[in-house]
Amino acid sequence: MPAAPRERAPIGFLALAGLAAAFFVLPLVGLVVRTPWASALADLSAPAVIDALRLSMITSLGATAISVVLGVPLAWVYARVEFPGKLVLRALTTLPMVLPPVVGGIALLVAFGRRGVFGEPLFDLFGLRLPFSTAGVIVAETFVAMPFLVLTVEAALRSMDRRYEDAARTLGASRVRVFRTVTLPLVGPAIGAGMVLCWARALGEFGATITFAGNFRGETQTLPLAAYLALEQNVDTAVLLGLTLLGISLVVLVALRDRYLRAV
Amino acid sequence: MRGVGTILLAVQVAACGGAAPLGPAAPAAAGRPLSGTVTVLAAASLTDAFNVLGTEFTRVNPQVTVKASYAASSALVAQIVQGAEADVFASADEPSMRRLVDARLSESSPRIIASNKLQIAVGAGNPKKISALADLARPDVVVVLGAPTVPVGAYATQVFDKAGVRVAPKSHEADVKAVVSKVSLGEADAGIVYGTDVRAGGAKVQGVDIPDQHNVIARYPIAAVKGSKNAKAAAAFIDFVASPRGLDVIAGFGFLRP
Repeated sequence: MPAAPRERAPIGFLALAGLAAAFFVLPLVGLVVRTPWASALADLSAPAVIDALRLSMITSLGATAISVVLGVPLAWVYARVEFPGKLVLRALTTLPMVLPPVVGGIALLVAFGRRGVFGEPLFDLFGLRLPFSTAGVIVAETFVAMPFLVLTVEAALRSMDRRYEDAARTLGASRVRVFRTVTLPLVGPAIGAGMVLCWARALGEFGATITFAGNFRGETQTLPLAAYLALEQNVDTAVLLGLTLLGISLVVLVALRDRYLRAV
Repeated sequence: MRGVGTILLAVQVAACGGAAPLGPAAPAAAGRPLSGTVTVLAAASLTDAFNVLGTEFTRVNPQVTVKASYAASSALVAQIVQGAEADVFASADEPSMRRLVDARLSESSPRIIASNKLQIAVGAGNPKKISALADLARPDVVVVLGAPTVPVGAYATQVFDKAGVRVAPKSHEADVKAVVSKVSLGEADAGIVYGTDVRAGGAKVQGVDIPDQHNVIARYPIAAVKGSKNAKAAAAFIDFVASPRGLDVIAGFGFLRP
């Protein structure tokens, strides 16, 4: 990246920017200051914490995988295909980004719950039930997180130079081959960035998860749920769990910053 | 974080621990009308009763605004200890109130305003034919409970211990209302909740009684929070809640009298 030309910022502007930065940094400082470092290791290796950490990893990675498999094609359709009702459909599928997650969880319950509109036939026919299961956690996280990936990839598909695809087509490559050998590599960084955003959102998911999937250790109790319930019993544990989530997310975001997030 | 005020107020609460024999929502006896906002943090199971109490109180003290917020008592006391602004705390269990007292954040000694028995909440029509606690151990019955850290979850554990029943719940919900909603949506076949929550749950849930020898009586203490900016109004609100009229309102929602 070429170095940005130095600019003299107006003082007032700098002050506001500093205030904005402080607004995000101060709560994190609070967490670090209040962390009971002395008992940190013991608290973090408690079986309930290990279970929550393991479950959070499984479900957030699962949600990210599903989001890639389903979300990249959806982004491609949004970027390349015109059809009636596209605007509305696109709005509907990005709604979870602004919807309160608890509302998302209620919607999932009435749709896919055991007595849900679609959940009841699924349960009667296949005995499949999502609430109170790890699969339900993955569904809730996917619901809330996939839009981040779809929007990121769609933006990249729209802004890429389509002449490469056209050239490949005129040279006789099939649509599938063009997608695989030209389109995918070009939007690869955006897919990576979308995956990171999607994973980070899934990892932090709370409202939809506790509403739709419930809360049970080892089955549906992810780190955010464990942190919330720990707050009622032991603030130290809650702070520590919060810091753990923070640490994981920060490491990943910083590590991937240069590789992927630039594409956003 | 808010620095917890240390202003000691000379509000003497008569008849601690019981219902004070005060007139219904008597407007400030000293003549000057009460004003300002009273922030009440109350147990989720008190939601409906306290909404009515708040309305009645402001009718008599029109310059006072009652702001009530409902959640699991354990969550509320954690918020207060962490510095949340609150004038009055009404808990669904005594351990949560004890945490407030232990943190030296109670202005007055707690008074019991209601008690509540536990019931088994089941779906309308009782589709799984649940008639006793032992039915909750059946493998075909999906049970959800409050988390063990939440009063209703701790009570449920006591009930099962007394009855000698071992239950494998599918979920530990964050508060009693969440247990009721899982049952009323049909996701769970049964849950242990307060009798009042079954009443409040409407047509989609019904209750199955738990015999007295296995039941737990939940007692609801209320206290003013130390450092309140509106201690006079807070004390008046508590007096009103503990007055015969206040206790009638609470009992009207199915609570047992203290």
